[in-house]
Amino acid sequence: MNEMTPPTAAERTEKLQGMGCRRKRVEDVRFTQGRGNYVDDLKLPGMLYGDFVRSSYAHARIKSIDTSKAKAVPGVVAVLTAADLAPLKLHWMPTLAGDVQMVLADGKVLFQNQEIAFVVANDRYVAADAAELVEVEYEELAPLVDAFRAMDADAPVLREDLAGKTTGAHGARKHHNHIFEWAVGDREATDLAFRNAEVSIKELISYQRVHPAPLETCQCVASFDKIKGELTLWGTFQAPHVVRTVAAILSGIPEHKIHVIAPDIGGGFGTKVGVYPGYVCSVVASIVTGKPVKWVEDRIENLSATSFARDYHMTTEIAATKAGKVTGLRVHVLADHGAFDACADPSKWPAGFFNIVTGSYDFPTAHCVVDGVYTNKAPGGVAYRCSFRVTEAAYCIERGMDILAQKLGMDPAELRLKNFIRREQFPYQSALGWEYDSGDYATAMRQALEKTGYAALRAEQRTQQDAFKRGETRELMGIGVAFFTEIVGAGPSKNCDILGIAMFDSCEIRIHPTGAAITRMGTKSQGQGHETTYAQIIATEIGIPADDIMVEEGNTDTAPYGLGTYGSRSTPVAGAAIATAARKIKAKAQMIAAYLLEVHHDDVEFDIDRFRVKGLPEKFKTMKEIAWAAYNAVPPGLEPGLEAVSYYDPPNMTYPFGAYICVMDIDADTGVAKTRKFYALDDCGTRINPLIIEGQVHGGLTEAFGIAMGQEITYDEIGNVKGASFMDYFLPTAVETPHWETDFTVTPSPHHPIGAKGVGESPNVGGVPAFSNAVNDAFAFLGNTHIQMPHDAWRVWTAAQKLGA
Amino acid sequence: MAKTHVTMTVNGQTVEGLVESRTLLVHFLRETLSLTGTHIGCETSHCGACTVDLDGQSVKSCTMFAVQAEGANLLTIEGIAHPDGTLHALQEGFREMHGLQCGFCTPGMIVRAYRLLQENPNPTEAEIRMGISGNICRCTGYQNIVAAIQFAAARLNAPALQEQAA
Repeated sequence: MNEMTPPTAAERTEKLQGMGCRRKRVEDVRFTQGRGNYVDDLKLPGMLYGDFVRSSYAHARIKSIDTSKAKAVPGVVAVLTAADLAPLKLHWMPTLAGDVQMVLADGKVLFQNQEIAFVVANDRYVAADAAELVEVEYEELAPLVDAFRAMDADAPVLREDLAGKTTGAHGARKHHNHIFEWAVGDREATDLAFRNAEVSIKELISYQRVHPAPLETCQCVASFDKIKGELTLWGTFQAPHVVRTVAAILSGIPEHKIHVIAPDIGGGFGTKVGVYPGYVCSVVASIVTGKPVKWVEDRIENLSATSFARDYHMTTEIAATKAGKVTGLRVHVLADHGAFDACADPSKWPAGFFNIVTGSYDFPTAHCVVDGVYTNKAPGGVAYRCSFRVTEAAYCIERGMDILAQKLGMDPAELRLKNFIRREQFPYQSALGWEYDSGDYATAMRQALEKTGYAALRAEQRTQQDAFKRGETRELMGIGVAFFTEIVGAGPSKNCDILGIAMFDSCEIRIHPTGAAITRMGTKSQGQGHETTYAQIIATEIGIPADDIMVEEGNTDTAPYGLGTYGSRSTPVAGAAIATAARKIKAKAQMIAAYLLEVHHDDVEFDIDRFRVKGLPEKFKTMKEIAWAAYNAVPPGLEPGLEAVSYYDPPNMTYPFGAYICVMDIDADTGVAKTRKFYALDDCGTRINPLIIEGQVHGGLTEAFGIAMGQEITYDEIGNVKGASFMDYFLPTAVETPHWETDFTVTPSPHHPIGAKGVGESPNVGGVPAFSNAVNDAFAFLGNTHIQMPHDAWRVWTAAQKLGA
Repeated sequence: MAKTHVTMTVNGQTVEGLVESRTLLVHFLRETLSLTGTHIGCETSHCGACTVDLDGQSVKSCTMFAVQAEGANLLTIEGIAHPDGTLHALQEGFREMHGLQCGFCTPGMIVRAYRLLQENPNPTEAEIRMGISGNICRCTGYQNIVAAIQFAAARLNAPALQEQAA
């Protein structure tokens, strides 16, 4: 090519590495060389280490705590108990759900492994040694483990601090172990629909207690500078600004003197949204000792005390006509929150967005009630790779639709197609109060059926079932269909806040004179690849190559205030903030370009990486030239510089959807279920980076596989947590993990500046019902309606035995 | 607690230090030698984030004492790239194929894959999956990790194939 030949439009576009391209991740350069910077990598001069003394019992009164032997260990600097925190009023802390939680046990313990004392020493081994020497005298109390017994008249009183309080953060409490009742929908109309129903189903569908288990546990380093009165807190924070505000409120340190920094995070999946006792104790310990204090949770602590998810028991009823048209949905949920309601939900949503439970279907009426209760288990729960309680809702409706299909004798895919919200109904007002922004469900479902050869699979299944009945095979085939609609991108200030702070998000972009740029964000990646994808949005919006844009997150001193990364909100909210900030810059760049080209600004137009004079494409100024001019030749009356900040308050949530199909082969004699095929079609609107989208889908499906097929945090009858290590808690390895097939349709969000909807959590939300429906489907012809998760070999075998398989 | 003097070779350098007899190898690497690329994910040798290469074997450094590594030859993630700073084929493969997300398992995964490809330069997908089954990844679903290792195997085998052809 002649060097003088100007690059083509396609070449210029490719150079930008903007939206839609499979840009390689910039993060990988450091991570593949062991140069990540995670919290535990941090080493400060004189740093001390904290370790917890934890409760042996699920429910006990604390008679005494003797720390003398621990304090006598050489190297031990302090041992904190509730008595030490009480004068600072830090022995309890507020939760995001409007409850309060003990930081260190105050008079009693309410779950096994609850934090009782915090030992601080100059070495992590010494801290662990000394924690063993703290003597705690307990008086055992009757434990409450079964959520279904929580509101029995004779159930033990767990929360003595709430004695006499008949109202909680979310309305009336009807029992001493009751947290809230949350009701939504039209009860009368729904009851009527059921009275008039030609067909109805009712099933208790439980979603077991699980744990997100990111590979890096929760950890922090607190460093209080007594001279300056400043606190620096590094930690595994999905929402660093919220942590700063909470720290200011709790500690009384002015917010401008608190520096919260979230460095690289080794996976979050919802675990790292809330504030945990370890953070509070580290801060206090640093204030008390004047030294930096590091706290690193170990894996057993992580699984047994921090941030469980789910534990929803959903009594699900669907009313329908004989022809298979749904006429009503009624759901009652018993929600087990453990000892404290430490749900990480927006303030006004005690059951998250569970009212997305009508799913993808046109229910004329619905009613839903959620009762939250206390038990002697770890507090929570968090949104494990899902928007708040959306995965529970999707599981509920997608299992329910399969059970209804079975009762009607209809194919489950056909039943779904018959009841989908139709494309022309969007924006769609759901019976439980949401306005779905966009969707094209039937197209996605049909594409999934076609690509998987669904009809042939069903034919094969019938043949196999006949062979099974004749005793010719002991293998069963299950086909799981799931069609989910998510609600993500929390959220509009009209209905979403965290501790009173509206759930906007933010972006600041600065274009440097040479045309390179830095952008700072209110979100925080935990592996989602924000440093890569955010730059792609800017590249396309303002025509600067993504490689010339640095994305910085996690430093509350430099980043604009944001609500963080969870609930698939980064792309829907922060992604929109990026686009709006970029458009402010673009508008100013247009003024500068016009000035340089000596034409009116209406006479120039944006073209990939430049502004050109309309009708005279050879007359242009590149963004690089405009950036330089922004610092020396701006039009009269315009400020120099080229930067913008945007705080984006979304007008609505976004509603990604997808069709998943899973084929399983199950050995009736061993209960072993093998995934033969898993097909996932996702519609997340505009696709920013297909490489990263596919990676997110693979990962979310693998988590869904773990949940559906084996994960459960269980307790024995006296509240001992069982299986809180990787020895027992199922995490899929490469061997069990199926091969994933991904596909997509694109239905852009009409209200989002770039039409994107978010994808990270869709595969977890849709994957769990797809797996569970496959297992249940395998046994449906034997009369099975519902087998509870997790579907490990033992449980599947047990179910097969009961069904006489 | 009494300390023991240990000497070993880490990434080609002779290193030494004073450790307690109970000091875990991973803590010696991370805290004494400041080689923080090796991570701790579970403390029970299940997750593999702490995998290092020790005398030609993959070892989980969270369940081995530093004193047990006396005289050993270790390779950690910090020693995987070539001495001139260019990346190893595995490091390139993980980026090329999007074989990582949060990056926490990645060092252990790459160090394990390094040994796997020494043992079996041409592994099948099933052999790769079995070969990395001691390393847990919570983000990727493994599919792209398998692809990354296949990428590296192909890259590493390419010169050998060229020689054969010549």
